[in-house]
Order: sequence, then C-alpha cells, then structure tokens
Amino acid sequence: MAALAAFVAGVVFALGLGVSGMTRPGKVLAFLDVTGRWDPSLAFVMLGAIGVYAPLSRLVLRRRTPVCAAVFALPTRRDIDARLLAGAAVFGVGWGLAGLCPGPAVTALASGKTTALAFVAAMVAGMAAAHALERALAARVEPTGAGGRGGR
Amino acid sequence: MEGFTPIPSLAGGILIGLSAAALLLFDGRIAGISGIVGGLVRPQPGEVGWRAAFVAGLVAGGLVLRALDPPALALQLDRSLGAVVLAGLLVGLGTRLGNGCTSGHGVCGIGRGSVRSMAATITFMLAGGLTVAVIGHLLGGRV
Repeated sequence: MAALAAFVAGVVFALGLGVSGMTRPGKVLAFLDVTGRWDPSLAFVMLGAIGVYAPLSRLVLRRRTPVCAAVFALPTRRDIDARLLAGAAVFGVGWGLAGLCPGPAVTALASGKTTALAFVAAMVAGMAAAHALERALAARVEPTGAGGRGGR
Repeated sequence: MEGFTPIPSLAGGILIGLSAAALLLFDGRIAGISGIVGGLVRPQPGEVGWRAAFVAGLVAGGLVLRALDPPALALQLDRSLGAVVLAGLLVGLGTRLGNGCTSGHGVCGIGRGSVRSMAATITFMLAGGLTVAVIGHLLGGRV
C-alpha cells in the first residue's frame, strides 16, 4: 500500500513536470536566462506547487502518523552551513549547464534518449561520489569511528 | 524558444504540489527527488521499496507524457554530450552535498517554511542563472 501510494505520487509528479514545462531543458534554460530571452513561466510552477503544498502539508501534519507508515520522516536541521550552500551552488551550475534537475531527468528516462540516459548515469555517479566524500569527511572528523555515516 | 506559458506551468505546479502532499500523507515522506534517488544509490534496509516505487512512477508518468505529448519529452537541447555528462555529475554531487534539489528544497522545504531550503533555493537559482549568463555571453552559447 505504501509502495502503491508512492508509485501513484510518482506518476502524478511526472505528469506535473511534463505539463508545467520542467521536462523541456530549453524552457528551463530560458527561465534561468534573466539577462537574455527570459521566460518567467517556471516561476508559476513554483507558485502552483508551493501554493498547494504549503496548506496541504500543514493539514497532513496534524495527523499523528501517515496513512501507510509509522512516522513522518521530516528534515529537522535549521542551520545554514557552508556545505548546504556549496552543494546548492554546485547543483545550480549543473542545472544551468543542461537545464535538467533530478525529477525531470528521471522522468525523461522514458524518452529513451541518450541525453537522458547519460545525464542520469552521471547524476548517479555524482551522488555516489558525494556519499564517498561524506564518508571520508566523517572519518577525518571522527578518526576512531569505523565507517561512521556522518550522523546529523 | 517556447513562449510564456503561465497557465500550463501553474497547472503542472499544482499537480506537483498534490503529488508531494500525497506522498507526505500516505508515506510520511518529503518528495525530494534527489533524496529519493540518493537513497537508492546508497540503499538502507526498509528504505528501498517506496523509493523504487516512486521512481518507477516517475518513469511510468514519463511514458504517459511520451504517448500523449511527445514534445514534452523530446529533450531538445543545444548542448554537447560532454556538457550533459558534466551537468549530471554536478547535479548528483551538488544535490547530495546540499541535501536537496528543486523539489525537496524549492517546493517541499519552502512550502514548510524552512529557511535552510530558502537559502539553498536562492543559491542554486543564482548559480544556475550565472551559468546560463556565462555560457550565453562569454562562451557564445555553445558548450
């Protein structure tokens, strides 16, 4: 049941990306091209998504537990650290380079096109590299912790 | 380039918001795609099923788009394969180090009023805008 709900949510999410224009790299690049041929459409994607999610998530979180899971797994960190900003900046450069972020890239796997396959393969490699880097940093901070996973 | 499309973009955004709210209601999870995929790259016990199901849903939705609205998945992009691969690497690395992407920070985080997510979103939008400006104005639009 939990997996079925996640599957349906994934389908709706992908349809939203497609309808909104997020799966069109050219449109994403035009949104980021403030000094050129700027297309502000994608600001409306955020407006629609946040406009719906902000009230609905508050409503959902009045519940004690989710429908199909034991607990709500929510991020608890509030600090703005260098790693957050550096990571976001690196992501932004990649986003501006090809006009693809993770959701549209995974959705675009359905196209079977080399661009999508190559991007997602590289993205997975980049994620694995980040995890390795995280482990290396955790080991340096805590030399005695054998294979610690950088706790929050 | 395609023109200004506020209505479809707003409608698509609403679908994204509904999906994220449904994932929170049923699974108690944040619809952050980089986090969901990252949890499959480094699998933990009990964390694989819902993630794999969501990713399968994304691809299934992509197949529906491909059938109903082919231009949405045509991936028209004036970039070399090398640039695409570099972009993918940076997106993977950056979203894991920064704990999120456009969906996790930009929609869910901001939607929950997280200042951390607002800072991340402003940062990746500025970096993205700067990258597009550098490619357009300094590199002649070709990478």
